[in-house]
Amino acid sequence: MAAAWVFAETVDGTPRPVVLEMLTRARGLGQAEAVALGPGASKAVESLGRHGAERVYLNEDDAFRDVLAQPAVDVLSGLIEKHQPSLVLFGMTNDGRDVASRLSARLGAPLIANATDLAQKDGGWAVVTPVFGGTMLVTTVPKGQPALVLVRPKAFAAEAKGGGAAQVEQVSVTIDTNRPMARVLKREREQASGPRLEEATIIVSGGRGLGAPENFKILDELAAELGAAVGASRAVVDAGWKPYSFQIGQTGKTVKPAVYLAFGISGAMQHTVGMKGAKTIIAVNKDPEAPIFKIADLGVVGDVHKIVPMLTQEIRSRKGK
Amino acid sequence: MNVLVCVKQIPDPNAPGKIDPQSKRLVREGVDLVLDPGDEHAVEAGLQIVEQAGGEVTVLSMGPPKALDAIRKALSMGGARGIHVQDPGLENSDALSTARVIGAVAAGASYDLIICGTESTDGSTGAVPAMVAELLGLPLLSFARKLTAEGKTAQIHRQTDEGYDIVEAPLPAVVTVTGGINEARYPSLRGIMQSKNKEVKALSLKDLGLEGKAGKGALTQEVLTIAPAEARKAGEVVEDKGDGARRIADFLAGAKVI
Ligand SMILES: Cc1cc2nc3c(=O)[nH]c(=O)nc-3n(C[C@H](O)[C@H](O)[C@H](O)COP(=O)(O)OP(=O)(O)OC[C@H]3O[C@@H](n4cnc5c(N)ncnc54)[C@H](O)[C@@H]3O)c2cc1C
Ligand SMILES: Nc1ncnc2c1ncn2[C@@H]1O[C@H](COP(=O)(O)O)[C@@H](O)[C@H]1O
Repeated sequence: MAAAWVFAETVDGTPRPVVLEMLTRARGLGQAEAVALGPGASKAVESLGRHGAERVYLNEDDAFRDVLAQPAVDVLSGLIEKHQPSLVLFGMTNDGRDVASRLSARLGAPLIANATDLAQKDGGWAVVTPVFGGTMLVTTVPKGQPALVLVRPKAFAAEAKGGGAAQVEQVSVTIDTNRPMARVLKREREQASGPRLEEATIIVSGGRGLGAPENFKILDELAAELGAAVGASRAVVDAGWKPYSFQIGQTGKTVKPAVYLAFGISGAMQHTVGMKGAKTIIAVNKDPEAPIFKIADLGVVGDVHKIVPMLTQEIRSRKGK
Repeated sequence: MNVLVCVKQIPDPNAPGKIDPQSKRLVREGVDLVLDPGDEHAVEAGLQIVEQAGGEVTVLSMGPPKALDAIRKALSMGGARGIHVQDPGLENSDALSTARVIGAVAAGASYDLIICGTESTDGSTGAVPAMVAELLGLPLLSFARKLTAEGKTAQIHRQTDEGYDIVEAPLPAVVTVTGGINEARYPSLRGIMQSKNKEVKALSLKDLGLEGKAGKGALTQEVLTIAPAEARKAGEVVEDKGDGARRIADFLAGAKVI
């Protein structure tokens, strides 16, 4: 069986969620193997194995701490030449994109971005990507080996499998750190309190309909009561009301919570493509014609400034507070 | 500072897109073509650099004859000169071909910075700039929401999922900018008049020595099918008569999250 590789991006030794999602899919496509790079990557081996990696190629060179793409491309291109996998999956993250794109240029290998599904086809691959806000699906066949595919987060659900641990193979590659490279000097976090958007069971999201940045306070209060994460539309981010890390949609995060509450969000397809995988969608908008109502399980035509504080109160009283 | 800004012309993103089922390509007929709004930020970023450090912005676009309009728009914002790579053989190019073209143009000159959008608004692959960096052996400063260039170094604030990283690279370098980096200026009347007289050099695949290496002869992928996705169904829409919050709470209770 051909090998299906996953580029296992890790943060402080923990695989990014998309990595486990991709492994879950990869193990149905071939012998799943992972490449984990950077100091602390060995801590990820156990979890990678649990999610289907039969082998993990490991390199913990310090160079990966501050420079990502170039050293990763050095290691990957060497490994690919040696083992000839037929497929390499990357998460559609900032670093994933940079690595996959550089690798494609170095190898002359096909690269397909934005994938939400893939399957074997005539000895090659067929890759599905959504267009027009996910209303249409394009199936593309990469020509040449290996096929490099950037997978959108949340395209697959991560599931651990039973079975043995991954075999570890240390990869020794000399990384030339003398060539011109981009280096990270400092990492700044702007993360809000509460659960992370990607992992939250409930998301409370606000759009331009909230009227002003300070009105997000009512969403924060509701979110605190629900144990929810707060998200936003791009209109809100572009207006500077919230940082980019809050943005949900085509150019922001993809989320799949159990419940997504959209307050004052019109429901443009570039927004809904990032949240319509939610199990349940609830929307409040004062415009009965707002497109968000076309995908909401419960739509309430009304004013967010009235409804949100009342909802917070209602939940408090139901909890007996 | 010599800056190359790469821009793409795309169908107006505010008009609903259509795909021709026969050719499986975006319908371009009857659709307004515009300079990609994401690339306007790249042009603005380039202009701000040369306004500070001196030098010139060269605007490069690969695309059909009409793409000249996108180049002119960037020139009317303040770009000094244009390069238009057009060749029938480049129709339907993929990211790698586009990157080889940009790489070949840049290899023949000495730019300190090559500035691109993070991703094109129509394709949203976001692959071309990193490919260009790899082909030229240059560092890549990607997802910039702030850019400064001084002496022989460029520094950016690189947007991340969690916040931003401060990243530095020696020049020359490739930079990709996000929409948050600046407000793109509107061309002034004077700028529009002047742009008409600015030089735009036309180059073909042959001029770049890329025959068979980019475009039709070098495609790395093929579209197989295009089909409608399964749509999510609408549920119940009710008007708030003072009971909206209670109805939502009932729904949340039904979903067992409260
Ligand atoms: C290439 C591209 C990529 C994009 N990527 C994204 C993306 O990743 N994420 C994203 O969100 N958008 C994205 N967009 C933008 C998207 O098209 C919309 O412009 C954006 O989602 C609109 O945000 P909004 O719904 O908050 O604002 P608006 O469209 O202004 O809608 C505000 C809504 O609030 C309602 N409202 C107003 N006042 C009240 C009130 N008091 N009570 C209740 N309702 C009220 C209005 O009826 C309206 O429906 C992208 C666009 C493009 C072209
Ligand atoms: N045909 C083109 N001509 C010039 N620059 C391009 C072209 N296509 C893409 N680019 C540049 O690469 C960036 C990312 O595009 P893409 O990788 O296609 O999503 C764009 O924002 C442009 O700066």
